[in-house]
Amino acid sequence: MSATNAQPSPENNGLAVEIKAMHKWYGQFHVLKDINLEVKQGERIVICGPSGSGKSTMIRCINRLEEHQEGQILVQGIELTDDLKKIDEIRREVGMCFQHFNLFPHLTVLENCTLAPIWVRKMPKAQAEEIAMKYLERVKITDQALKYPGQLSGGQQQRVAIARSLCMNPKIMLFDEPTSALDPEMIKEVLDVMVELANEGMTMLCVTHEMGFAKMVADRVIFMDAGQIVEENEPNEFFNNPQNDRTKLFLSQILDH
Amino acid sequence: MSGFTEIQSRAAPVSSTGAIGWIRQNLVSTPMNTFFTLIGVYLIYKFLPPLLDWAIFSANFAGSDEHACNSGGACWVFVKQRASLFIYGFYPSEQYWRLDAVFVLLAITFVPQFFDAFPYKKWFGIFSITGLPVISYFIISGGILGLEHVETESWGGLSLTLIIAFVGIVAALPFGVLLALGRRSNMPIIRTMCVIFIEVWRGVPLISVLFMASVMLPLFLPEGVTFNKLLRAMIGIVMFQSAYMAEVIRGGLQAIPKGQYEAASALGLSYWRSMTFIILPQALKLVIPGIVNTFIALFKDTTLVLIIGLFDVLGAVQSAIVDPNWPGVATEGYVFAAFCFWIFCFTMSRYSMRLERKLHTGHKR
Ligand SMILES: Nc1ncnc2c1ncn2[C@@H]1O[C@H](COP(=O)(O)OP(=O)(O)O)[C@@H](O)[C@H]1O
Ligand SMILES: [Mg+2]
Repeated sequence: MSATNAQPSPENNGLAVEIKAMHKWYGQFHVLKDINLEVKQGERIVICGPSGSGKSTMIRCINRLEEHQEGQILVQGIELTDDLKKIDEIRREVGMCFQHFNLFPHLTVLENCTLAPIWVRKMPKAQAEEIAMKYLERVKITDQALKYPGQLSGGQQQRVAIARSLCMNPKIMLFDEPTSALDPEMIKEVLDVMVELANEGMTMLCVTHEMGFAKMVADRVIFMDAGQIVEENEPNEFFNNPQNDRTKLFLSQILDH
Repeated sequence: MSGFTEIQSRAAPVSSTGAIGWIRQNLVSTPMNTFFTLIGVYLIYKFLPPLLDWAIFSANFAGSDEHACNSGGACWVFVKQRASLFIYGFYPSEQYWRLDAVFVLLAITFVPQFFDAFPYKKWFGIFSITGLPVISYFIISGGILGLEHVETESWGGLSLTLIIAFVGIVAALPFGVLLALGRRSNMPIIRTMCVIFIEVWRGVPLISVLFMASVMLPLFLPEGVTFNKLLRAMIGIVMFQSAYMAEVIRGGLQAIPKGQYEAASALGLSYWRSMTFIILPQALKLVIPGIVNTFIALFKDTTLVLIIGLFDVLGAVQSAIVDPNWPGVATEGYVFAAFCFWIFCFTMSRYSMRLERKLHTGHKR
């Protein structure tokens, strides 16, 4: 994987993502309240919290799938505004994996992976295919390259989705509950790929309830509730010594069964 | 738990079908089914023999005038004698080869679409909706390369039907796509314009559109300015059918999950690129039956140009059956016209089924 070298660049203090006093509303509904978050290059962050607490909304603001109304979001030092050029620039740096994979069902696995490099990065087709095969090999799916997504299992589809994002050579990867739509026996194959990615130094923001994954790779765990970041800590402290009552309640609920 | 013994798998049971089996399963499986089978057999027995007798066994094929038709069956001599009128309209007979050439071109570009393994099939397809219409126009209309100019007033018959239908189909699809995208746009001005366009055109009958195009429009044009009648009719048909097409396509767009748009955006694809490569291919595939339905409706609606004095195949037939030299041939004429329409519509329908099967790429999530 092309190394995301965590060299601090002067203009952004080495921060991959910087969110300052960010608020977001859906109509009258105040979904995100005063979010402040700094993610260093190469840092791995796990975000958890009860359903509806705004986790997806927050990470979707980072690549502008959702628009924030107040505060600032800087990605790789570029501020997200209405400026479409900046949005494009940021989306080229940020890859995203969704709960339901969102592969393109009418394209083969290989075409799924080469489409964006060819049309967004203007890469020659042969080169795009070479790179795609490289990443498909990493996620151990080369033999399925010419199949259509509908012919793959959920775990395989999610690995293809990860490969598809990596083909754009992103600096930051966002994961929105990548394993929650999977059968238990497929969760591991996807987590393995994510662990490998983390070990290679990719900057990652993962919304997930896989606490094993959090303990193994996260530099920081963030707990959200009701649109706010309630608690953040390094994983050991977070799991063994939660401070906030809501965190304690949440952890007891997800760990006690 | 006791020990686990694997049971060897067996071959599937031998099929119990065959002719008798098939009849049992499909024709007489239940009393209700038997009942309908009997009704079907009765209807076939009652209507098929007389029909075949009229159309084939006692029909008259040989000869050159109405006296040849004396056996009581269909008088196909009439259709044969008038075939050039039905097919070429009033196009000058020494120039028929130009229309023939266009028919041949049409066949050459479309036939490959029915064979999977045909080389350069895609290019044939692209040519058939881009180069072909332009080349055909110049061949038919002439006025260049020493080809004699033929006024559109002389165009007619089946060739005119095909010209109008083809132009309508080739133009209505892209306009329909643009209108459908516009109607779902975030930009209020564009959205409103598309909604108004679609709702206005969809709300008026095609016949009144054609009337307005041929009768009302000239009233508003300055004295002496003429504007080709065929062109006006075509514009009217294209506008009308694009509005329908837009709604069919909008149905497809609405069926595409939001995740597809998001994945495309997250990869950095622009609006037009995500539409072209991600959304439209899926949306159009979903609504192939609706699109073809609109095409077929358009094809048959071309007959309405008759009322503004254009001579399509039905118009040609109607003018021929009132010929006093050929009494009592109306049925043959109309059967011929109906057959022409049916052949083309049925071909479109089969093609769309092929396309649907071919574009099926496994299960949708
Ligand atoms: N498009 C939307 N319009 C209105 N409300 C929304 C929309 N998307 C999400 N919400 C609401 O915002 C809240 C946060 O949603 P989300 O970020 O998806 O939560 P999480 O991912 O933590 O489960 C929820 O209460 C949800 O109902
Ligand atoms: Mg969510």
